Amino acid sequence: MRYAMAVDTKKCVGCSDCVVACQTENNVPIGYCRDWVVEVMDGTYPQLEIELRSERCNHCENAPCVRCCPTGASHIVDGGIVLVTPNKCIGCGACIASCPYDARYPHPKGYVDKCTFCIHRVNQGMKPACVAVCPTKCMYFGDLDDPNSEVSVVLKKRKYKTLIPEAGTKPHLYFLI
Amino acid sequence: MATRRQFIRISAMGAGAVVAGAAGLKLFGSGITDGQKATFAALTGRTPTYCEVCFWKCAGWVYKDGKGSIQKIIGNNEDLNCNGRLCPRGTGGVGMYHDEDRLRKPLIRTEERGKQSFREATWDEAFDYIAEKIKVISAEHGPECIALFTHGSGGKYFSTLLRALGSPHIAAPSYAQCRGPREVAFQATFGEALESPEPLDIRDTRCLVLIGSHLGENMHNGQVQEMSDAIDKGATIITVDPRFSTAAGKSKYWLPIKPATDLALLLAWINVIITEELYDRPYVEKYTFGFEYLKEHVKNMTPEWAYGITTIDPTVIRETAREMANAAPAVIVHPGRHVTWYGDDTQRLRAVAILNALLGSWGRRGGFFRSEIFELPEPPHPAYPEPKRTWRTEFPDLYKLADTVLANGVCDATVPDPSRNCKFQGWIVNGTNLMETLPNQANTLRAIQELQLLVVIDTMPMEITGWADVVLPECTYLERYDDLRVVAHRKPQIALRAPAAEPMYDTKPAFWMARELAKKLGVIEYFPFEKMEDQLDWQLRQVGSSLEEMKRIGVRTFDRAADNLFFYPDEDVEFYTATGKIELYSTALEGAGFDPMPKYTAHEEPPPGFYRLNYGRAPMHTFSRTSNNPNLTDLMEENSVWVNPRVAKEWGLSTGQYVHLVNQDGKRSEFPVKVRVTERIRWDSVYMVHGFGHQEKKLRRAYGKGASDTNLITKVLVDPIMGGTGMRGNFVTFITDLSGEEVVS
Repeated sequence: MRYAMAVDTKKCVGCSDCVVACQTENNVPIGYCRDWVVEVMDGTYPQLEIELRSERCNHCENAPCVRCCPTGASHIVDGGIVLVTPNKCIGCGACIASCPYDARYPHPKGYVDKCTFCIHRVNQGMKPACVAVCPTKCMYFGDLDDPNSEVSVVLKKRKYKTLIPEAGTKPHLYFLI
Repeated sequence: MATRRQFIRISAMGAGAVVAGAAGLKLFGSGITDGQKATFAALTGRTPTYCEVCFWKCAGWVYKDGKGSIQKIIGNNEDLNCNGRLCPRGTGGVGMYHDEDRLRKPLIRTEERGKQSFREATWDEAFDYIAEKIKVISAEHGPECIALFTHGSGGKYFSTLLRALGSPHIAAPSYAQCRGPREVAFQATFGEALESPEPLDIRDTRCLVLIGSHLGENMHNGQVQEMSDAIDKGATIITVDPRFSTAAGKSKYWLPIKPATDLALLLAWINVIITEELYDRPYVEKYTFGFEYLKEHVKNMTPEWAYGITTIDPTVIRETAREMANAAPAVIVHPGRHVTWYGDDTQRLRAVAILNALLGSWGRRGGFFRSEIFELPEPPHPAYPEPKRTWRTEFPDLYKLADTVLANGVCDATVPDPSRNCKFQGWIVNGTNLMETLPNQANTLRAIQELQLLVVIDTMPMEITGWADVVLPECTYLERYDDLRVVAHRKPQIALRAPAAEPMYDTKPAFWMARELAKKLGVIEYFPFEKMEDQLDWQLRQVGSSLEEMKRIGVRTFDRAADNLFFYPDEDVEFYTATGKIELYSTALEGAGFDPMPKYTAHEEPPPGFYRLNYGRAPMHTFSRTSNNPNLTDLMEENSVWVNPRVAKEWGLSTGQYVHLVNQDGKRSEFPVKVRVTERIRWDSVYMVHGFGHQEKKLRRAYGKGASDTNLITKVLVDPIMGGTGMRGNFVTFITDLSGEEVVS
């Protein structure tokens, strides 16, 4: 089982609902976030293009954050989800420095925190909070090993990209373009 | 004017009563998956609500954590307004509850207005103060000299109070400062207003045309959702906007129009559609009135004519007109919502309505659907006394087609004027921060100084509370019952708001406040139920439900009274206009002395060195209401002024730099605002998100962050047809020298 998420940049309006929903679902303190929205604009008036996308931990198969963690707090669980065990984390910040996606932040309680793909919800058969709340339904979540999962289906149908492929991290966050 | 909407209201009520008697109302499940149930069990239960962060009023569920504190709000899957997905503001509604800057106690002013000095009072003292003043005003001037401004659920109860006292003056800024021109234009054309949410079948449209409407930045939830569905299905989006909006970024065609010239483009589109015979001929012949007049009227309004006005290439005007016609009738020329721009707004919206009529989209799949509403029986009470005077009788020749009280009109009529034999003496303001809502703040302040009584009911210490004589702290929507939400949609629905928590501090629901005042003023018979929950249960039992059931399901869906969401092929339809037809040529406008068909008039342009001030929304904020909400401020804490790189170069501006803006009348922004240099804005205008630049220090997160567009709108272009306040005729320039000034950041 390999969980993955695809974000449709053609539908995302950059409203940041995913950010608030994550905060209220996961008790992310005000001033921090596990997911965020990026706007990339290109061109000169009036020949313009814009891409909006919701970003978070890429849950890499080849995760630098896990490799560099001195205590084993950062680890990969079944389904390929990258997690941090707070009471094993010493807050050294090596993972933050190693992440090409800037997906981790130091939680005020002293450990490093990040997106969990809402594993507590996924284990109960629900979608991650960001996916469930999105007004544009621009996010697809599921198992890449299941050809019928909505993420597999949409990746078969649409063109997509990953971020910073040259980092060789084999990310599980896809962007439909 | 009787509208179709009213007609359906009546029939839905009749049908509802009959079916309820037979106990056969179709009840849809609350749509919860087993997985969700497991999570609910882990939390301490859920309470139904409908959102109060904006006017869309999405229904949802409030969840608390193990300690009983409100943790999250999730959309109700049954709700047609949100389909189980709240927008960022709805999700962030928890911040309204947790905001530590909330009003906590009733306050009575101790010094002159404008000086922020209040003393805390008991509720009884506050009510005595208000009741005494109301009695004096009623005796000396008449109860009709008291007006209510409302933009919140609580307004309903103060409205009952004022009507019981004999005042018909209930004003909502959502009319003359927002969607009023649209409602008048659609009423004049199709015989009915659009109301909220608008009956747009966006999910099945093949072509969506947005004219300055920035869906996705305004999070009109259901519409944003349906725009996304339409994108999925390959619909064409055409966006007309001087700014490269989010929606423009998703459009096949973006028309970067010169600001203030939209009406010329609309007329040119009408010209192309008629000249190239692209209109829906059978529909136009069967349903419309005045086609030949219209054809004659627009014959010279060619794309080439419009090119010189709008700067839009005639080829593009033709191409986009054909694109609409190819999609017709599954096409929506979006009527917009905040449409008070240039003072000829009713006429611009008439052109929008006419275009939709020519394309045959009204009453057709992918166009406009026939919504239905389920109206509940009102609690029994004596008839309201007949008001001795109304604004209508006092101003017989003004704004003839306005069908509601104008907020700006009340404001104007509060300042003494020799032409009037009375003036407003008291204001009650609920859930609307008039300082940021009404243009021309100086005018609002002048009016306030003339009042004998100003009562403000709010959850937050908004600017308007600083001017009040009495401030009544309302509990948030998460802590109270309110009337059932009843909206017109594809199916009629009702939704319950129940308290998820006890009111914090010494805050109270507006229902209780209005009822206590009614007791003191001797009109308690208009509030027959002591508690809101008893009233709700009584109402619900009339229609075969109960409060207990609604607490369980949150939203109840009823069957439609009419079986067709769209016109049947060749259906005979009578429209609620004088001719019974869709009026391309408006007899109502003509009768009131206005142009029966829209004409383009040029609007003033910015002088050299000045730029047109355009404003809009960000998806995470509602008006000025949310700018202190901890969750939403976290997403966006200040606004910026968007400046085209060419303009920036001229002024030596760079992104992140703070500047002051000053308008054509010398009005300077109260606070400096951050510059955002971006290709997304035309060189002849600047853009700001509305709702920032708060001057009230009690709003600790919002105070001094960014600039207020309202503050810079001193010139108001009033629509003579319905009194709308056009706010896009102001021009600003930059002050880059901020030496000696501290920037709040």
